[in-house]
Amino acid sequence: MKLTGRKIYKGKVEGEAIVTSSSISFYGGVDPETGTVVEKGHELEGKSIVGKILVFPTGKGSTVGSYVLYQMAMTGKGPKGLILNDCEAIVAVGCIIGDIPCVDQIDTSKITTGMKLILDADNATVEAF
Amino acid sequence: MELTPEEQEMVTGKFGKATQKAMEILVTLGEIYGAKRLINITSVQVAGVSYANLNEPGLKWLDEMAKDGKVKILTTLNPSGMDLEDWRKLAISEDFAKNQLRVVDAFGKMGIITTCSCTPYLYGNLPHFGEHIAWSESSAVCYANSVIGARTNREGGPSALAAALVGKTPEYGFHLEENRQPEVRVNIKAVVKGTYQFGALGKALGDKLGSKITYITGIPKASVEELKSFCASYATYGGVALFHMEGITPEKVQKMPDETVEIIKEDLNKALSELDEDTEIDFISLGCPHASLAELEYIAKKLEGKKVNSKKEVWITTARPTKQIADRMGFTKMIEDSGAKIAADTCCVVAPIKGRFHGLASDSAKMCYYGSGRNKFSVKLMSMDECLEEALKL
Repeated sequence: MKLTGRKIYKGKVEGEAIVTSSSISFYGGVDPETGTVVEKGHELEGKSIVGKILVFPTGKGSTVGSYVLYQMAMTGKGPKGLILNDCEAIVAVGCIIGDIPCVDQIDTSKITTGMKLILDADNATVEAF
Repeated sequence: MELTPEEQEMVTGKFGKATQKAMEILVTLGEIYGAKRLINITSVQVAGVSYANLNEPGLKWLDEMAKDGKVKILTTLNPSGMDLEDWRKLAISEDFAKNQLRVVDAFGKMGIITTCSCTPYLYGNLPHFGEHIAWSESSAVCYANSVIGARTNREGGPSALAAALVGKTPEYGFHLEENRQPEVRVNIKAVVKGTYQFGALGKALGDKLGSKITYITGIPKASVEELKSFCASYATYGGVALFHMEGITPEKVQKMPDETVEIIKEDLNKALSELDEDTEIDFISLGCPHASLAELEYIAKKLEGKKVNSKKEVWITTARPTKQIADRMGFTKMIEDSGAKIAADTCCVVAPIKGRFHGLASDSAKMCYYGSGRNKFSVKLMSMDECLEEALKL
């Protein structure tokens, strides 16, 4: 399956999908030291996003979230790439400063956790196996 | 987005690496939000200063940007995590202090005026009506749009810095007149008085209407202090960047919204009761947003000749210039002789105080939100007089 969206930040990565239908607040919602989702009641609470391609509808919360994404990228505790329905400013800025490949305008309901993905942000495509 | 030849050269790196990164941020945001071009701005307020939020990677990024980045326009800075001159009196660790000073140095190196205040409009960064600006710090964004009538989106730290390094911002959102029109009319059918009640009103509106642009009637008058408290609370609980308040907001509305809601005394009482936890108070925080001169004078006269209960800690956060004038006027001495502390350059929302206290009293609804969420304190929203009485109470 090949999906086409919009490039937010460049790069090409391969990895395993971790998918949620809930939006994510990186500041407060994800622990940057462990790369684990910690927001109470979140679908991914307790799950690690380290080295995965994170698939989610959109970002939310404090703009400090951009720095959290950056911090995780720099310390190797972050996702390899991001795929969203609608990217907003917090996630976009986090990807730009953290050098994290990212595309949006993807129907994320077509992707399920555990799928192998090739995220080619330069061509704004996602291949799922 | 259409870029000018000069802007294109910024993208290709002709003006250095920091400018190139800044353009990458601005152009990406512009494309996400459908901007057609970049527009000139006249001032920037940069948030994301506390080392508690930036950590080592954030500081490294700022150092990288400071290698060849210089701001093009007037740029001021949000509060840091400590009083930059007298952090020891706040029991901040040596390690934190060293890193916090490195952060402020990196911003200073880029030509940012290190005001370290969340109320830039009181310290030389006062845009006029209709001016395009790029501010972060949600309370100041709300104040600039709604009280001053300047135009800014709700920027984050890095996007505000990017705008400062380029002197421009993508034209979308609140920069465009059509996106500044009210969506719902709110009639306030209650008397609202004092910073804490304006904070409660901000929470009531934010909880009820989220980030919808409101047209508010029924507030016959409001002081700068009440408005900054209201803006801080409304932006915190509703994510609001703009409201219209009849008699306050200078901007003319093109069309009145059809929908009307009423806010009555019970709504305010509900907001107040939700910020009234049963707890023993050991920390009193005033000055969120930063205390004005009038507030420092008021507090000084209330505390003069009295003693704060030694089991309680009182911080009054403000900007350095206000403290300096308070020093000259004798207010600082009156306050600090009582045992309360004036903390300049910082605020209790971003200072590293988690675990140090357990019961917080404040006249700021925003402070209560972060005291509860970020620092896990039990919180009580009270009037400034009640906060000071609580501080003195044995």
